[in-house]
Amino acid sequence: MKTRTYLLQKIGQVVLTMFFILLFNFLLFRVLPGNPAVLLARAAGARLTKADQLQLIRDLGLDKPLIGQFFTYIGDTLRGNLGKSTIVYPGQSVTSIFSEFLRPTLILVGISTILSTIFGVLMGIHAGWRRGSRFDLSSMGFSLVLYAMPEWWLGILLLIFFAVTLGLFPTGGLVSVTQNYTGFGHFVDLLNHLFLPCLTLTLAFLGEYYLLMRSSLLDVLGEEYITLARAKGLREKLVLWRHAVRNALLPTVTLVALNFGYVLAGAITVETVYSYPGLGKLTFDALSAKDFPLLQGMFLFFSLAVIIANLIADLLYAYLDPRVREA
Amino acid sequence: MARIPAVPTGTEPGPEFRGSLGEDRVPHTPRAITWKRRRRAVTQFWSIYRKNGMGMAGLYILVIFGAIALLAPVISSSRGLDPTLANGPILAGPSLKYPLGTDDLGRSVLTMTIWGSRISLMVGLMATVLTMIIGASVGIVAGYRGRWVDALLMRITDWFLVIPWLALAIVLASILGQSLFIIVVVIAVTSWPSTARVVRAQVLSVKQRPFVERARALGASDWHLVTRHVLPNVFPVIFANTILVVAIAILSETTLSFLGLGDPLHVSWGTILEFAYDAGATSLGAWWWLVAPGVCIVLVVLAFTMCGYAFDEILNPRIRER
Repeated sequence: MKTRTYLLQKIGQVVLTMFFILLFNFLLFRVLPGNPAVLLARAAGARLTKADQLQLIRDLGLDKPLIGQFFTYIGDTLRGNLGKSTIVYPGQSVTSIFSEFLRPTLILVGISTILSTIFGVLMGIHAGWRRGSRFDLSSMGFSLVLYAMPEWWLGILLLIFFAVTLGLFPTGGLVSVTQNYTGFGHFVDLLNHLFLPCLTLTLAFLGEYYLLMRSSLLDVLGEEYITLARAKGLREKLVLWRHAVRNALLPTVTLVALNFGYVLAGAITVETVYSYPGLGKLTFDALSAKDFPLLQGMFLFFSLAVIIANLIADLLYAYLDPRVREA
Repeated sequence: MARIPAVPTGTEPGPEFRGSLGEDRVPHTPRAITWKRRRRAVTQFWSIYRKNGMGMAGLYILVIFGAIALLAPVISSSRGLDPTLANGPILAGPSLKYPLGTDDLGRSVLTMTIWGSRISLMVGLMATVLTMIIGASVGIVAGYRGRWVDALLMRITDWFLVIPWLALAIVLASILGQSLFIIVVVIAVTSWPSTARVVRAQVLSVKQRPFVERARALGASDWHLVTRHVLPNVFPVIFANTILVVAIAILSETTLSFLGLGDPLHVSWGTILEFAYDAGATSLGAWWWLVAPGVCIVLVVLAFTMCGYAFDEILNPRIRER
């Protein structure tokens, strides 16, 4: 019963947040300086005449009252109609462009999140367990430096070193355009192109997982049940893995979800550096060209992704830690 | 006995008398006592901070960069930034005359990096001040008022916390246009929520303490309670948070500049990197153009983070005991 209330409450919050985002997105592009028609006209240069602008305003329904526009907007969005791109892919619907660019980003963000979590957590466990050791101090310094680095700058350095100077990896793109690989060769080619962007994003987020895991392990090691486990005469390895790590892992679950928004931000810049054709690069193109319908859709899509990630983390946390449900 | 004045200013003179032992000559007005206590707290804090290696290292780095930013006109001439006056070799690597090489217009990368520190640090600090004003106000009002005000403000805060910051920043900056002021506003709008949460939590705890209740019983107004009792006790938390926010603000400025949302008329570390990237420094292998500004960003952000860690360690006894 309690679980159900918790679930309903969380889902209610998500619906409310989504509504806020829709409202915000709607107002942002309509009420702030310049309505969409003016913005579109500005983007299209001086090519739009006054009459064209009026026509555009009528086409977009901007001459109708704001409330009516809002309901039309909500209805359209719920039906998956996010409008049409104006400059980057003129005339194509935003939804179809997204579905085309979604996969590379999912692969990049997915793999790098998994890798940075695994390596960060393992390093954190090792460092926290042997606190003050040489490994602890050097990995602490390493993590702080990684944390202080803009991820795209790291990407540029790796690109110059591994791709331009050493020539080990391609400098960008999803696949080699000149070669026509098939089967296994195609797969290797894909991995080759994925390697550097993936390494960049992994390194960029590794430090945070390390720092969190280390400090949460140190917290847990001070708890009484650890003393008890030791008093029972358990082997140290067992104390660490069975008692300490299990509980210290909990905050990491939240961080993965909270970080999701930052990883997407990282995808925007890193995909740009490596010309990796995903949603991030698409966002950059839309931004440089001032393609407002595409930007608006991107904002909605990224927000939705982060909200869902947070919901999953909340539910997972409640499943892993019964105290959260009871509270 | 000194009473807690219900009016914040010293409109009526407090009872003045010398210390009974004659060791301090300060009048014992409530205000003088408070300031003495605060001075002692700061001195005590400093004596602990001085022993924190990480915090001191961070502080030294910050002092050096602060000096470079302030003394930029003395160290190098701003004429070095003007593309029409540039007379160095084009895209030359580091040499004696140009220790960090030159860019594609023949300007010294060193000069640009020195001048870039001014804008980067200024934007970082201004954005932080604005972040703190928004975050602390929301946190204090929510925590102090409670009830529906708290519920509403925290819902809004959660909402801003969930939105992917760069997506929001891109949307805002592309609509509002490009200038330093807008960059500052965009960074503040996307980074205040965590401050608001931290401040609110602290206000909730301060509000419950006996001295607040006592002042309220003596008829103190809300304004007096907030400015004289809540704010001074929340201040250390705000300050520790500030240091970490500066680091985030500086990083945000570079990322926004890199995406072409910065102010093209002002040279910052972020815009130098953007120029370099756009001019194809990556494929030309012109690493010197990209390394110096990037290293400066890393050092400054690292220094702020280290100071923040040191603060956290001192203010949070739970960590210190560990």
